[in-house]
Amino acid sequence: MAVKKISKIQPEKFEFSKKNKETADSIIKNYPSGKQQSAVMSLLYLAQKQNDNWIPLSAMKYIAKYLDMPYIKVYEVATFYSMYNLTPVGKYFFQVCTTTPCMLRGAYNLVDVCKRKISEEENRLSEDGKTSWLEVECLGACVNAPMLQLNEDYYEDLDATKLEQIIDKISNDEVPQPGSYRGRLSSEPENTRKTLIGNKNA
Amino acid sequence: MLKLKVNDIDVEVEEGTTVLQACEQAGAEIPRFCYHEKLSIAGNCRMCLVEMEKSPKPIASCAMPAAEGMVLKTNTEKVKKARKGVMEFLLANHPLDCPVCDQGGECDLQDQSMYYGIDKSRFKENKRYVPEKYMGPLIKTQMTRCIHCTRCIRFATEVAGVPELGAIGRGENMQITTYLEKAMESELSANVIDLCPVGALTSKPYVFEARPWELKKTETIDVMDAVGSNIRVDTYGWEVKRVLPRINEEINEEWISDKTRYACDGLKNQRLDTPYVKINNKLKPSSWDEAFKAVSERISITKSEKIAGFIGDMTNMETIYAAKDFFEKTIKSENLESRYEKLYINTNVRSNYLFNSSIEGIEKSDLIILIGTNPRFEATILNSRIRKNYLKNMTEIISLGDVGDLTYPYKVISNNTDTIKNIIDNKHEISEKIKKSKYPSIIFGQSVLKLKSATYIFEEFKNYLLENDKISDDWNALNILSKNSSTVGSYDLNVLSKNSSYEILDKLENNNFEILILFGQDNLNFEKKNEFIIYIGSHGDKGASIADVILPGATYTEQDGYFTNLEGKLQKAYKASYPPGEAKEDWQIINELSSFIKRKNLYKNKNQLIDSLINYLNINNKKESDFDVPEYNFKSEKIITEKIDYYHSNVIARASKTMSECKNIRMSLPKTGTDN
Repeated sequence: MAVKKISKIQPEKFEFSKKNKETADSIIKNYPSGKQQSAVMSLLYLAQKQNDNWIPLSAMKYIAKYLDMPYIKVYEVATFYSMYNLTPVGKYFFQVCTTTPCMLRGAYNLVDVCKRKISEEENRLSEDGKTSWLEVECLGACVNAPMLQLNEDYYEDLDATKLEQIIDKISNDEVPQPGSYRGRLSSEPENTRKTLIGNKNA
Repeated sequence: MLKLKVNDIDVEVEEGTTVLQACEQAGAEIPRFCYHEKLSIAGNCRMCLVEMEKSPKPIASCAMPAAEGMVLKTNTEKVKKARKGVMEFLLANHPLDCPVCDQGGECDLQDQSMYYGIDKSRFKENKRYVPEKYMGPLIKTQMTRCIHCTRCIRFATEVAGVPELGAIGRGENMQITTYLEKAMESELSANVIDLCPVGALTSKPYVFEARPWELKKTETIDVMDAVGSNIRVDTYGWEVKRVLPRINEEINEEWISDKTRYACDGLKNQRLDTPYVKINNKLKPSSWDEAFKAVSERISITKSEKIAGFIGDMTNMETIYAAKDFFEKTIKSENLESRYEKLYINTNVRSNYLFNSSIEGIEKSDLIILIGTNPRFEATILNSRIRKNYLKNMTEIISLGDVGDLTYPYKVISNNTDTIKNIIDNKHEISEKIKKSKYPSIIFGQSVLKLKSATYIFEEFKNYLLENDKISDDWNALNILSKNSSTVGSYDLNVLSKNSSYEILDKLENNNFEILILFGQDNLNFEKKNEFIIYIGSHGDKGASIADVILPGATYTEQDGYFTNLEGKLQKAYKASYPPGEAKEDWQIINELSSFIKRKNLYKNKNQLIDSLINYLNINNKKESDFDVPEYNFKSEKIITEKIDYYHSNVIARASKTMSECKNIRMSLPKTGTDN
């Protein structure tokens, strides 16, 4: 994971919408007065949601002024966490987990599919401009490896062909069903349960 | 006091010290990269690991507070192995480019890997590459070499007060940068070069100039402002290659301003290296004899009261004293003046023109009032002390008039002289604050002393402070912030018009003099008419351009000389290099000129001059001189703090290319602070 690049195309101005401003103010109220800077992460996330899932420089400046802190401090936070996108992402944003458990279960097959079907490089929009993808670190669903996150949802127990089907559906603007793609309910054992069999409520 | 055992040696340390400091007190050397005495503790380089009894793992000594009964070991196998391990990781991504790195020879990483590292690397993977970052005209970056100690970030945020540096990305990909690669907007920025333990941040003007072991090092005093920072001048042959700070806790701690550090390339440019005499309205190079002859002939046919001398802003005290003797004994004139503006100076006692709270003392002050001064540009080091005080005690700082970003917040009140009248008459809220405060500091800038009501402000404010017992033996709240390094020295030597009137300056304006002798004085504000001007100085600047005879002198690095800083400390600057070409030391020029005019030297040698100078100071600094306070009236006017051309404030800085570059970059940024 290299340092995130800043997008060359930057909007001139950014301002919270009225609703987000209210949310931001209520978040700031969670912290003691004078410690408003602690709200920086939540505010960056708010800005990201408001601005098509990515944070422009003007938003970082806006937040820095909003919280009365140096620009560089906001910039540091925004570049540190992988959940903040500093370049425009597609309307459908695939985050493929490639940390060890997923990697062992074939995450790089998924990456290959993304490279073939979306775009050659990470964080670059597909030809139709609707999708983009990114390799990320552990998303905390190792029992259902390999998996990826599409916008707000997890798609689990994938393989190359299943991911191809998902991407095909997406390009027709159909949102496929999230969850396990091997028919599991969350992370229950495949086939039958093998532990705690005698316990009715387990 | 806490009792600890370090390597079987018992030590007693004060509460609040760290394990690292305790180990040092016991004489054990602890290697470190991120820890620095003057910065906050980060604890991220892990080089300072030591073994502590009952702890399963080695501890980072810089971040661990010392506690009663600790038993520490710094020389066990486990510690050695831990250091080797840390060192190996630090070197994993550090390039092996010491032969082409400017830090080579004075690099912490190089030295410590010699002592504590292993001889070969087991790292076979590709090394990390980090693109270069732009940080302004003074700092050259090679960020591949960075070991992420974050000293530079902490310095910028804490000491310099410009939170513009930061670490972006994370883990192996962490990079140190300024926000969007803007130049650092601080007058202390170049100190990060000294702080950097590796070659990531090196000096741009000094790039590939010399190796540290090739340079002659001279410990001396800086003259760029009145603070008198302690510096080390590194020379290679004649050339001054660089200027570095020297630790002096009472004055500059271990920082120096960018001007102190980088104006030194001005010592090479625009130098006067041979005497010049004006023949047919054109300055022509000549020999010393011809020049002296031209001067002495002219002086001998002129009435002594028509001759005046002016002392410059960077003149050392030997030269001032020799000039004084020259005027008193050789010419028999009283027209020697050290001011170039009409400043009100009460020379009755010495504390009337000193920074009495002292630079170190400002740290304990609990109320600071700035009147007509911008300490950030007038005395950068002093300003960093005020900031230090603010950070530690949240001291209330008040300024009459908005003077711009001072790197700490301050309260702005009306800059009309009425404010001062109200304070003195106990009608202002600040009067109460001054009375309540235990250690108030009132700092008068030179912009106040220039006002028409300067006498009123100074005398009445002083009386007010005296009445309220704020001027006593253990604390003196009255501070005058002098701008130039020669100012206090020349007041100590009484180089002022009688009763510090503006007589000489008035006469100068009215073109009443026939001969003017400028001892490195380039700031005089007058129209030249028929005056015969003799310029004794080092640089071809304003003074030399109007001169009829130029006698080339030496700069502060080329002659031994005493300077008194703004708090009245007498310090000696040492000769690091020698004057270029035919140029001579300033006192020598005056001495020889005197022998040309009177056929008699003023002094046999320099020791005689110094003895008599010190003698004069010893007598003069103790007694009260007879000074009649002139009649004064209150006048309502605005106190306007004079804007200073920081990077071009004296002849050396004006001749420096680096300073011009800094100035251009600062001009292109419209606002100060982080707003861009």
